[in-house]
This record gives sequence, structure tokens and C-alpha cells, in this order.
Amino acid sequence: MSEKSENPSAGPERDHLPGTEVPDARGYFGAYGGRFIPEALVAAVEQVAEEYEKAKSDPAFAAELDALLKDYTGRPSPLTDVRRFSAEAGGARILLKREDLNHTGSHKINNVLGQALLTRRMGKTRIIAETGAGQHGVATATACALFGFDCTIYMGEVDTQRQALNVARMRMLGAEVVSVTSGSRTLKDAINEAFRDWVANVDSTHYLFGTVAGPHPFPMMVRDFHRVIGIEARQQVLDRTGRLPDAVVACVGGGSNAMGIFHEFIPDAGVRLIGCEAAGEGAETPRHAATLTKGDPGVLHGSRTYVLQDEDGQTIESHSISAGLDYPGVGPEHAWLKDTGRAEYRPVTDDAAMQALRLLSRTEGIIPAIESAHALAGALELGRELGPGATVLVSLSGRGDKDMHTAAEYFGLYDEPGAGSAHGGK
Amino acid sequence: MASKLSGILAAAKAEGRAALIGYLPAGFPSVDGGIRAVGALIEGGCDIVEIGLPHSDPVLDGPTIQTADDIALRGGVRIKDVLRTVQEVAAAHPAAAVLVMTYWNPVDRYGVARFAADLAAAGGAGCILPDLPVEESVEWRKAAEEHGLDTVFVVAPSSKDRRLAEVTAAGSGFVYAAAVMGVTGSRAQVGDLAEDLVARTRATTELPVCVGLGVSTREQAAQVAGFADGVIVGSAFVQRILDADGDEGAALAAVRELAGELAQGVRRS
Ligand SMILES: Cc1ncc(COP(=O)(O)O)c(C=O)c1O
Repeated sequence: MSEKSENPSAGPERDHLPGTEVPDARGYFGAYGGRFIPEALVAAVEQVAEEYEKAKSDPAFAAELDALLKDYTGRPSPLTDVRRFSAEAGGARILLKREDLNHTGSHKINNVLGQALLTRRMGKTRIIAETGAGQHGVATATACALFGFDCTIYMGEVDTQRQALNVARMRMLGAEVVSVTSGSRTLKDAINEAFRDWVANVDSTHYLFGTVAGPHPFPMMVRDFHRVIGIEARQQVLDRTGRLPDAVVACVGGGSNAMGIFHEFIPDAGVRLIGCEAAGEGAETPRHAATLTKGDPGVLHGSRTYVLQDEDGQTIESHSISAGLDYPGVGPEHAWLKDTGRAEYRPVTDDAAMQALRLLSRTEGIIPAIESAHALAGALELGRELGPGATVLVSLSGRGDKDMHTAAEYFGLYDEPGAGSAHGGK
Repeated sequence: MASKLSGILAAAKAEGRAALIGYLPAGFPSVDGGIRAVGALIEGGCDIVEIGLPHSDPVLDGPTIQTADDIALRGGVRIKDVLRTVQEVAAAHPAAAVLVMTYWNPVDRYGVARFAADLAAAGGAGCILPDLPVEESVEWRKAAEEHGLDTVFVVAPSSKDRRLAEVTAAGSGFVYAAAVMGVTGSRAQVGDLAEDLVARTRATTELPVCVGLGVSTREQAAQVAGFADGVIVGSAFVQRILDADGDEGAALAAVRELAGELAQGVRRS
């Protein structure tokens, strides 16, 4: 996690925007964030915060994490020019930050390795985590195998079915996968169940939260562990193109890959930051997960943020073809970036994401995760708005292997018994 | 002025016993059925009742209360129904104190000042807000004080002594000491952490200290009454209603009977 480069090509002088030093000591990003947790977890959450502060200023911690990111994860991840794909984007130049090439197949490993080191520092021996798409669960199970921790992963029953490959991967890595059958049986309920486990086992157990949501310090700490994405990408874009991109685009579930790639660009006032939320069947229908577009401020999973909720403060179930974006909350820093206008958030439907997934596969030979395909769809739309000459940096947060079953059903890629194959799909 | 809650706890103490505090979610199994069930708790011997506001994400509740919340929400229970439950129970049982136990987001969404005003108008005595730590509670406490409502904070076995002092200084009515680390639900044994927590809590406050989480039987109630000012029981009542499987007469009889047994327990220590 090297600091800003001294390289003379470090780009234009940057405004110091007031408020980039967030959160405050209580974990607030403007009106969002904080720590809404039961008393039983206060000591544990404070321990995480204190240990993280110590680790931040410990060169040995940084050195060990850097070595893992390099030799285990394979960082820095490449930046790929996608010319044939860009042709569909009004001629704008699209550059992909290839988090899909990290070990385990997504950005999630960046945060997991950081928190795994922290777990060891705290003397805890067991890790629990929630997972939606299974990528955070796989990354967590991977780190637990590497460090020798016990590992339990909570996953909504709906997600264990649509991401079955990742369930098998986690079990292969030695993790226990608990299928959660309460509520909407997706990510939100997996988080609820992980919190219940944590309250009961907090002495031995660290809750390795997988996105930039949850109580302070998780939104800040998870962001910090993912900042490497934006730090690398900003320099790579400057080296490649000689200037900053016009826009940075990322999908937003809880918002970790987006915060990771956005953060380094926040002071670059000329760079638009665009988060793509899952609009499911349409943000105007009841079946979506477009929290920042359609939600209202409230408290969910330990912090104040935008929440899909009814008039009584009951959470509304979200829907998305993408398990990793199927969440009715969002990280508080995104809520703050939205309200301050520094970032924009756009809804992207299931269909638009699936079309972008196929387009990238067929024009570039890269099969993205359905989550990341939301960002690709957003980039296509934005490229057409900005036109030729514009450069758009996209966070390709993960690879699509886990999604082949969903994609095969969506596009009709399986041979129907007795029928001819229909590989064109919808 | 001493609150109604303090008065009831002081009266129990004067009788040389612990108070009995019963919990049920509103709207379970229906709004009117729930009102009758809470009434049965009081008739059976509860001094204080906590009316739960069912929530979509009951992160601190085990399977029993999760199931009850689900039934209530699927039945369409709204905040206004919770307030009506408070109002009808308080009106029918003026000697008992009626608290609301709720996750924070419904209050936040309803409006903090509005919720405090409406709860007070319904005859409620106060609130327990298990996911609102002291640091985030300033706005609520101001509203609660304005309307004469008590705010009961939870302390846990993991709370360090310094933290206990901060929490108890902010609360009123009583302190809710969680007997175990974990979510709601009956347990075979009340943890041995409870007695130590009560002692550490008492060292920081004059407020009565009541113990909940996992208590379900007369014997456990008697044991807890030996070191605490009140005994809080929730899941065991909910389970009795679930076991009655829709037979309201049986459900009311079962919770009344359990309340009676527990009331003996708190007098037997
Ligand atoms: C590949 C990929 N991208 C994005 C996400 C969404 O998470 P976040 O919004 O925290 O980046 C997930 C979550 O599972 C994922 O697997």
C-alpha cells in the first residue's frame, strides 16, 4: 500500500477538497456512518478500531501486507485497453482495472488479507464472514486456510443456489458454509446471521466484514484496504494516456470496490465518479437494489446510510440478478459522496448488465462477474454521452466463472436435451 | 419525580423480592391477540411489560423471536398498532409499567420526537433500544426526557467497568444486564457471567439492575432474583404462544401460567 507516488507524471495539481479527511473520530462521513451496535459488541468493535490504528502506523504491518498483495494476490493488477468493446461506447476509450485477475478472482482479497493480519494481531483464532456472490466468502476462506484460522461463512440460501460454484470452493478451502434461511435469504440476512454469531463468540472470533458498510471502523478500514486499487489505477492511467480519466466507473453493492477505486480520485475535481447500482427489473419497479437512487437515510447493519425501507423503517427486500449487488443498504461514504455531489449513482438493470457481460466476453475475451458487468453497462452509457476522445476507467471487480450457471440460463447456453442448441440467447 | 418504572421496582424491593418483567412482540399472533396476550402476562404476575416492535432485521434475536416478528410483520403490524397495544395495555392495567423494546431504525424513521410524544401519549413508561449505544442516543434521550419517558440501556458481560459507568450514567428506570453473550432465546443455564455483571454494574449506579436473556423457568427466575432487582423473560412466553398453534385460549392460559410460575420464582429466592 504505497503512498502517493513521487513520479513527476503524478498528474495535475490536485485541489484539496474539504472533507476528504473522513470519517471523523466517531466514524461519521457528514451525516452518515457512526456505530449503531448492541452493547455486547462495543468492546470488540473498539478493539478492531484500536488495533487497526496501531497497525496503520506499524511499518511491519504495511510490509507484510504489501508482500502478500504482491506475491500472493498478484498485485499490481493490470490496466487493460479494451478497443473492440470501446467501439460500442461511442468511441470513448475504456480502460479496465483488472481486479478479476487477483488471486481468488475479485477485489475482495485486498480487504480480506488486511483484516486477516489484523485478526492475528488481535490474537483471535476464528473468522466469520457474510457473502453474497461468494467472492468475499472465497477470499475469506482462502485467507483462513493461509493463516490457519477456523472459518464460518454465512450465505443466504438463494445465493448458495445461484453461486453454487463458490460454495464448493469455500468448502474445498476448509470453511463451513451456513445457508441462511431467514428473511429474504440473501446478503442482508447473511449479515444478520453473522452478527448473531459474533455476539455469541466475540472472544475468539473476528467478523471479517466484506464491504464498506457496517459500524465504524469497518467503512473506513475496508476502504483503506481497497485504496490500492485506485492508487495503482490512477498512476497506470497517467502512464498510459498522459492524463487523468474523464470518469471512473464502478459497481456498488455495499460499495467496496467502488470506494477503493474512487478514493484516490476524490481530490481530482475534474474526474467524474460514477457508481452503478443494481436496478434489477427496473428502478421504477419494486424489484431492484438501487439503494442510493431509491432509498432513504436510515440505520442498517450498524451505520446510518441510505436504506431501502418502508414508512415504518422496515427494510424492503432487494432484487438483482447479481448476488453481490443484491443488498438494500450501502456504505455510508457513498451516501456522503452522493449528498455532496462528488459522486453520481446510476441504476443499471439486470438486462443491461447481462448484455454488457456478453459484449465484453465476445469483443475482448474477458468474462466479467455479473456485478462488474453493471459497471461495464454504465461505462457504455457514459461513453456514448461523453463521445470520442473521452477516457473512462472501469473497475472490473471480478471474473465471471461463478456466474456461468446464471448466464447459461439467461442466454440459453446449455444444450436442451433433444433440442438443437440455441447459443444466441435473448 | 420518580418515574412509574422506578416506583414499581422500589415497591418490589420493599416486598423483599425481584420484579418480574415480561416481553412479547406487538402484533403477535395478531394485534388484538397480542394485546390480550400481554394482558395475560400482567394478570399472571408481571410487574412490567416490554412490548416489542417487530422488525425486518432482528439482529439481536434468536429463532423464537424472529419467528414471532415474522408472523407479526406478515400480519401487517405497523408502528401505530404497536402504539395502540401500549395504549390498551396501559389503560387496562394502570398498576403495570409498559415499555417499548425496539431496534433503532423504526424510531428514526417515524421521527424521534414524534415517537417519544406518541409513546408518552399512549401511556408508555419508556423505551429499550438495544442497538442504540449511548454515544448515538443524545437526541433520543432529550426527547424521552421531555416526555417523561425512561431510557433503559443494556449492559453486557463484555462491558468493561469504565464503559459500565458511562452507560449507567445515561440511563434511567433500570439497567438491563444481559445474562449471556448472545441473542435472545431460552437457555438451559443462566450464565455465571450474570452475577458478576450485576455486581460490577451496581458499583456504578443506584439504578435497579434487571437481568434478561435466556431466563425461562421458575428455578432460573429464583436464581436470578437472588442477585438482581428484576428478572426479564421473553422467548419463553413467545414459545408458549407458538406451541399453542393458533389456539388463542390455550396460548393465553399458557402464558398466564408461565407468568404465575415466574412470579413465584422471583419471590422465592
Ligand atoms: C466481483 C464483485 N464485485 C462487486 C461486488 C459488490 O461488493 P462491493 O460493492 O462491496 O464492491 C461483489 C460482491 O460480492 C463481487 O463479488
